[in-house]
Amino acid sequence: MNPTGSIRRRMTISLALVAALLSLLSWSMVASFARQAAERTQDNILAASATIIAEAIRSEGGEVRLELPYAAFAMLGAVSEDRVFYQIETAGEILTGYEDLTTGSIAPAAGEVRFETTEYLDVPLRMVRMTRTVLAGEEAVPVTVSLAQTRNGIGTIAGDLSETAAALSVAFFVLAVALTGFVAQLSLRPLNELAQAVARRGPTDLRPVRRQAPSELTPLIGSLNRFMERLAGSLRRSEEFIAEAAHRVRTPLATVRAQAEVALHGAQSHDDKQRLRQMIRAIDESSRSAGQLLDHATVAYRIEDLSRDTINLAELAASVAAALEPTAGLKDIEIRLETSDVATLGDKVLLESALRNVLDNAIKYSPDETQISLTVDQQGDMACLRICDQGPGLAGQSTTDLTKRFARGATVTDVVGSGLGLTIASEVLQAHGGGIELADNPKGQGACAILTLPKA
Amino acid sequence: MRYLLVEDHAELAGAVVQRLEIDGHAVDHAPDLATASACLSAAEYDLILLDVMLPDGDGREFLAASRDRIATPVIMLTARSQVSDRVGALDQGADDYITKPFDFAELEARCRAVIRRRGGSARNEIALGKAVFDLTSGQLRERDMTIEFRNRELRLLEVFARRPGQILSKAQLMDRLFSYDSDVTENAIEVYVARLRKKLAATSVRIETVRGLGYRVEIA
Amino acid sequence: MRYSDIAKGLILAVWASALPALEVEDRKSYPGEGGAMISVLSTADLDVFEPFIRQFQQDQPAIGVDYTVASSTEIYAAITEGMKFDIVLSSAMDLQFQLANDGYAQAYGSDATARLPDWAQWRDLVFAFTSEPAVAVISRERFSGIDLPATRQELISILRDYPERFDQSVGTYDVRTSGLGYLFATQEARNSDVFWRLSEVIGRLQPRLYCCSAQMIDDVISGELAIAYNVLGSYAERRRTQEGGDRMEILQLEDFGNNMLRTALIPRTAENVTGAGAFLDALILAGLAEEQTWAFPPLQPHARQGTPEFGPIRLGPALMVHLDPLTRRAFLSSWEDAMEQE
Ligand SMILES: Nc1ncnc2c1ncn2[C@@H]1O[C@H](COP(=O)(O)OP(=O)(O)OP(=O)(O)O)[C@@H](O)[C@H]1O
Ligand SMILES: [Mg+2]
Repeated sequence: MNPTGSIRRRMTISLALVAALLSLLSWSMVASFARQAAERTQDNILAASATIIAEAIRSEGGEVRLELPYAAFAMLGAVSEDRVFYQIETAGEILTGYEDLTTGSIAPAAGEVRFETTEYLDVPLRMVRMTRTVLAGEEAVPVTVSLAQTRNGIGTIAGDLSETAAALSVAFFVLAVALTGFVAQLSLRPLNELAQAVARRGPTDLRPVRRQAPSELTPLIGSLNRFMERLAGSLRRSEEFIAEAAHRVRTPLATVRAQAEVALHGAQSHDDKQRLRQMIRAIDESSRSAGQLLDHATVAYRIEDLSRDTINLAELAASVAAALEPTAGLKDIEIRLETSDVATLGDKVLLESALRNVLDNAIKYSPDETQISLTVDQQGDMACLRICDQGPGLAGQSTTDLTKRFARGATVTDVVGSGLGLTIASEVLQAHGGGIELADNPKGQGACAILTLPKA
Repeated sequence: MRYLLVEDHAELAGAVVQRLEIDGHAVDHAPDLATASACLSAAEYDLILLDVMLPDGDGREFLAASRDRIATPVIMLTARSQVSDRVGALDQGADDYITKPFDFAELEARCRAVIRRRGGSARNEIALGKAVFDLTSGQLRERDMTIEFRNRELRLLEVFARRPGQILSKAQLMDRLFSYDSDVTENAIEVYVARLRKKLAATSVRIETVRGLGYRVEIA
Repeated sequence: MRYSDIAKGLILAVWASALPALEVEDRKSYPGEGGAMISVLSTADLDVFEPFIRQFQQDQPAIGVDYTVASSTEIYAAITEGMKFDIVLSSAMDLQFQLANDGYAQAYGSDATARLPDWAQWRDLVFAFTSEPAVAVISRERFSGIDLPATRQELISILRDYPERFDQSVGTYDVRTSGLGYLFATQEARNSDVFWRLSEVIGRLQPRLYCCSAQMIDDVISGELAIAYNVLGSYAERRRTQEGGDRMEILQLEDFGNNMLRTALIPRTAENVTGAGAFLDALILAGLAEEQTWAFPPLQPHARQGTPEFGPIRLGPALMVHLDPLTRRAFLSSWEDAMEQE
């Protein structure tokens, strides 16, 4: 699977982008507020200074007189290091100050305070202009005070503030990104937990997921459950199909076999009996082969995803022996159990089927009224199951020969079998990290099968 | 013993019933789960042989649903020898299972084993004169004696006990004792009869040889 | 004019002809080892400044220095008229400020300027490198038998009590011609209400008006003057260590004191800005030095002891107020009224 990116990264990035956007926005807002505030402050100071100057204008002997108030200029210098320009003009005549400061601008009416943003000596200026009427002799003369300041101060103040705002925004952004990572982790935790919960399940566990999960995950869990349900359904259907098919094939076989056996019971002639026996045998051969093939397939499937439960091998041996007891009883064969508690990790169903196949062989190939010993013990870090019979032995055949698919001994042709039993057993044991070894019984007649498994 | 066979396949059921009756059992046959339920509420059984696939449902589900109502031991008849199928059957409360097609001797052995494991009822005793033959435990009791038998001896005695006074041929006995394809001669029967006689020597039960025909049980 | 010998005068005349608009008081060239030359226009007398130039050339042997002395008003006029100088040093901080405000200065920044306190520079255009108090200098002889005044009020009382002793014996700047005198007078008038009363008292004593501190001090030492009011402290200090210095006394009045900042700026028209920068850095470092290395008092007040401390005159637009012709006219007429009472 090729992941198309990580949700966490995507979430972190998009949240970080949002944070960046917000930071930028807040920064630009603060910066523009700062600029406006600084501009307003400058305007206020300019207006105050200009007012003080205007108030200082008086007339003396019909002449307009002015001593620039020191405070007005000191005030301008106190706030910022801005260059100052001024002009006092009365009725078109420049009284004092910078002559061409107000060129192109019409003096405001009396009482009016006007702010202008202009340029003088190639630098941008903020200028306040106000006109005051002074009585010079008989005449009322309008005197216009124009006071201007460069705008570096606002720039500096606004710059300082916007720098502070920028630093704060960056800090906010960094914090937001850190938090974002954390939040992404936190929000994705339920998803990870869900994934782990599903991953922990056994190969056949298709029960619906029932977990407390955030509402956003409900659709996912819902579809997961629907999917599992469908999967379970189709698994069930295919299982049902196989079961149905087996049923359909085997029930008539069972009918024929039962009827043949009944007929065998009543048959008189040796030939009839012989024919019926052959028929029954053929049925047994084919149904045994079919059964073992199916078992082999199931085992191979289960091995792919091996469960690892703790299994007490003594209990396992006892239950398998009990299941085969009636079969052994038919031949008056006694199964002797000798077990000590050893545990291994593995799939119970598979280990059962391995042991059943081995024990089935022992019973099948042993003569009547013999004994089979089944011992469970341990050697080093391996658990060991030993099945010994008093049958004909292996006639020199090796374990590798006998565990091959469909491999059957030359001496057992009269016994029904498919040659898959030991294949199944050895595959199961190998999958569990163990093995199977077949040998003639060293203490006399018969064969011994030794199954080894790592201890739990 | 009284068996309930739940099997929808008429021919198979017929053959099984026929075969079990030969062995002296009483068998009721139910072709579906509904009939089986009716039978179970009308009579008591020693054992139920229950097919998995039935026209009106799954035998396993039926068993799981009615396990607490029915104390009778159950052997499932399944078409699959599959590993998972077996586990399924036992999980649902069956005592044992047998795969189709099955060997009657094997079926009988499993039935006996299941019944014995569950402990039978008083009805499963056959009186042989002063002796009592307990089919469930496979013991013969007379006075203060209790005699135990090996598997084949037991089956031989059971055949005799169900047909007291009746002459049974060696061929008939062979079918009961040996698998259809085991290569034994009629002499093998003589060996087991001799063993049985030896065990019964102290009791009032006698096995008589009817020359040229076979054997029969005599109660002194 | 103190440099009156003919040779010098001749040379000056020749140079002055090259700089038609500027009335040069003194001029000297200190060629460097390289071709680079910086032209310095300054109010500080050459003999006061020479040691510094020599020191500078030791550190920067490649740079030659062409040092021109002129009055602060001349300097102001020269720069506004567009004459080319690389660096301008002046004791008239108001005029320096006006130059900067009106765009005649160019900004400069360096490690040295960064070390200056805020009050010692304006917009990276004007840089202070000394802080010099205005003091009164008295003749010990003429004050014998009188308790030395500690405040202006006491000075007023003394002047009133001994009118004959002080008649024609009080010297002060002619604020109409001396930029520094005008600065001291306007700042004092603004800060202390005693100023006008003192001016009136002085005015009644037929004061002698001067253009420059040096002459006033010389006249105190010769006994011609009993007191010189508002003299540059640095000049007075230096003069005291020279011949006849023991005949004078420096008075720092406790009620108020003006501290003038001697400032430098690099004109917009400067041609050797790098050299000017180096020169300016050297000035600032000399001014900031813990130990006094030259004739000027240090910039940082804590280096001076024993005198009541008043902050330096603020470098800011308020300095323009008294340069305004209307305001100046008004101030001068008040001053004339006080000084010329006959
Ligand atoms: N206990 C034993 N004694 C003698 N021979 C044995 C024994 N166990 C296995 N064998 C030999 O190994 C062969 C392979 O055994 P395996 O169980 O794989 O096949 P099978 O028994 O013939 O068929 P099935 O798949 O029905 O079990 C047998 O045919 C037999 O010859
Ligand atoms: Mg086998």
